[in-house]
Amino acid sequence: MYVKQISVFIENQPGKLAAFAELLAREGIDLVALSIADTTNFGILRCIVCDYERAAKVMGDAGYTARLTDVLAISVPDRPGGMAGAIHALTAAGISIEYLYSFVRSAGHNALLIFRVENLEKAAKVLADAGVALISQEEVRTL
Amino acid sequence: MIWNPLVETMDRAALRKLQLERLRQTIAHCYGSVPFYRKQFEERGIKPEDIRQLSDLRLLPFTVKNDLRDHYPYGMLAVPMRDIVRLHASSGTTGKSIVAGYTAGDLDVWSECVARVAVAAGAREEDIAQISFGYSLFTGAFGLHYGLEKIGAAIIPISGGNTERQVTIMRDFGATVLVATPSYAMYLAEVAEKMGVTGELKLRLGLFGAEASTVEMRREISRRLNVTATENYGLTEIIGPGVSGECEAFTGQHINEDHFLPEIIDPNTGETLPEGETGELVITTLTKRGQPMLRYRTRDITRLTYEKCPCGRTTARMAQVTGRSDDMLIVRGVNVFPSQIESVLLEVKGIGPHYEIEVTRENYLDRLTVLVEFIDAGLVDRWSELEALQRRVHEKLRSVLSLDVNVKLVSPNTLKRFEGKAKRVTDLRDV
Repeated sequence: MYVKQISVFIENQPGKLAAFAELLAREGIDLVALSIADTTNFGILRCIVCDYERAAKVMGDAGYTARLTDVLAISVPDRPGGMAGAIHALTAAGISIEYLYSFVRSAGHNALLIFRVENLEKAAKVLADAGVALISQEEVRTL
Repeated sequence: MIWNPLVETMDRAALRKLQLERLRQTIAHCYGSVPFYRKQFEERGIKPEDIRQLSDLRLLPFTVKNDLRDHYPYGMLAVPMRDIVRLHASSGTTGKSIVAGYTAGDLDVWSECVARVAVAAGAREEDIAQISFGYSLFTGAFGLHYGLEKIGAAIIPISGGNTERQVTIMRDFGATVLVATPSYAMYLAEVAEKMGVTGELKLRLGLFGAEASTVEMRREISRRLNVTATENYGLTEIIGPGVSGECEAFTGQHINEDHFLPEIIDPNTGETLPEGETGELVITTLTKRGQPMLRYRTRDITRLTYEKCPCGRTTARMAQVTGRSDDMLIVRGVNVFPSQIESVLLEVKGIGPHYEIEVTRENYLDRLTVLVEFIDAGLVDRWSELEALQRRVHEKLRSVLSLDVNVKLVSPNTLKRFEGKAKRVTDLRDV
């Protein structure tokens, strides 16, 4: 039901992100979704990939501090209000979102929303009850 | 246990008498054999016989590191080369090296001094001592080697480097004593942990020296290697290790005062300071023949006490060196010792013991940056906690240094590890 997200620590210095991107390219790691949160000194890159086990190993071997976390991924219609329904269901159930990012794989269809909450199980149930489509790790592989 | 109770517990009046006698001999030797010293005396109109009591020492000029550089390599020797049996040199990180020549008698004194320091720290003849200092021109390894051999310990002269092999040998040979710089001991601890063999080590005592370390750093090493961490002190210009060392009472480092006469001065004015005050340590050698030193300015900041120690020794004790005045950074007018930063960092939970300090200048403003590793890889997913950790380090540094320090968290195991003396400070302001 959950999706594995990889979080990577990246120093906020010229060339650091480029080096990381080159590593992904060299290893043929395809990004399904990506987000970067940063301060002046460091950034945390979060991403969803198809083969997270291999990606995490590749990053670890290259000296990066990478961590796997369970997150929820949902598919919502790519149009105004698409996100609102899902968020509303969570809010009504008293679940707050720690962070969220989105990705559109192909224009005009569905958007992918990835988010992290404290209680994954409860959030997953709330979303399912509200009729929101949850994406599993298996489905990520085929996206 | 006290290695040489006769001198280490000597009545202070008798010790002072012995010091005066040896001081006068040393001065006569310097005046008669080293043109540099003779010139210094003549310029000030002083004759060796003007030194009648220990307090007359302040009439003499200081000797500084530059004097040794100016007389490189042999200008400070007080005996002909046929009497010199060993030459050491100190790594010239900031300029030309300085050379130290030893007579056979000097080497005997050296062994004796280190033997006392080692025994005071708790080393015994049953011990197996791994010497992880580099055997080279550097005095550290040879000094500890002589002293530990003299007390009858078994020595593993492994020298520096090849850290995994160090750990394997340490485990296989059952080393009980580790001789290293504190920064290398920390690295060894880390590698032992990674190899998963910490629990199989027999280490019980660490003899650390060659660089200043903080109480916090030694506590951390002590915890991770499961050793009693002791510190000893010395410098190439004086003899190498063996000038002083901690005893089992941990009340400061006992100075081998029958061989080295200490003073504390105000580093700015050169005035001798009263007992107990903090200032720069100045040492006069009392028995060295090859290359005696008169009032050598060590640049190390400490204070002295002459009270009898609970361990029974009566020799002067020097407090933890808070920093070398050479190491002091002046950042936006604030004096900063790297040791202050180290103390703060080791007190903050969640960050590792390794760090780097960088000073830069941007738009005429000094900027101090501290790089430190966060240790919990799990924090990578908790951005706000990582930020809070960074803020915590920043706040603590500000409260101690009264300075806004740019704190940079970096990934675990990414900062430099050191096999010898650590070089953690990079000052880019004058480049």
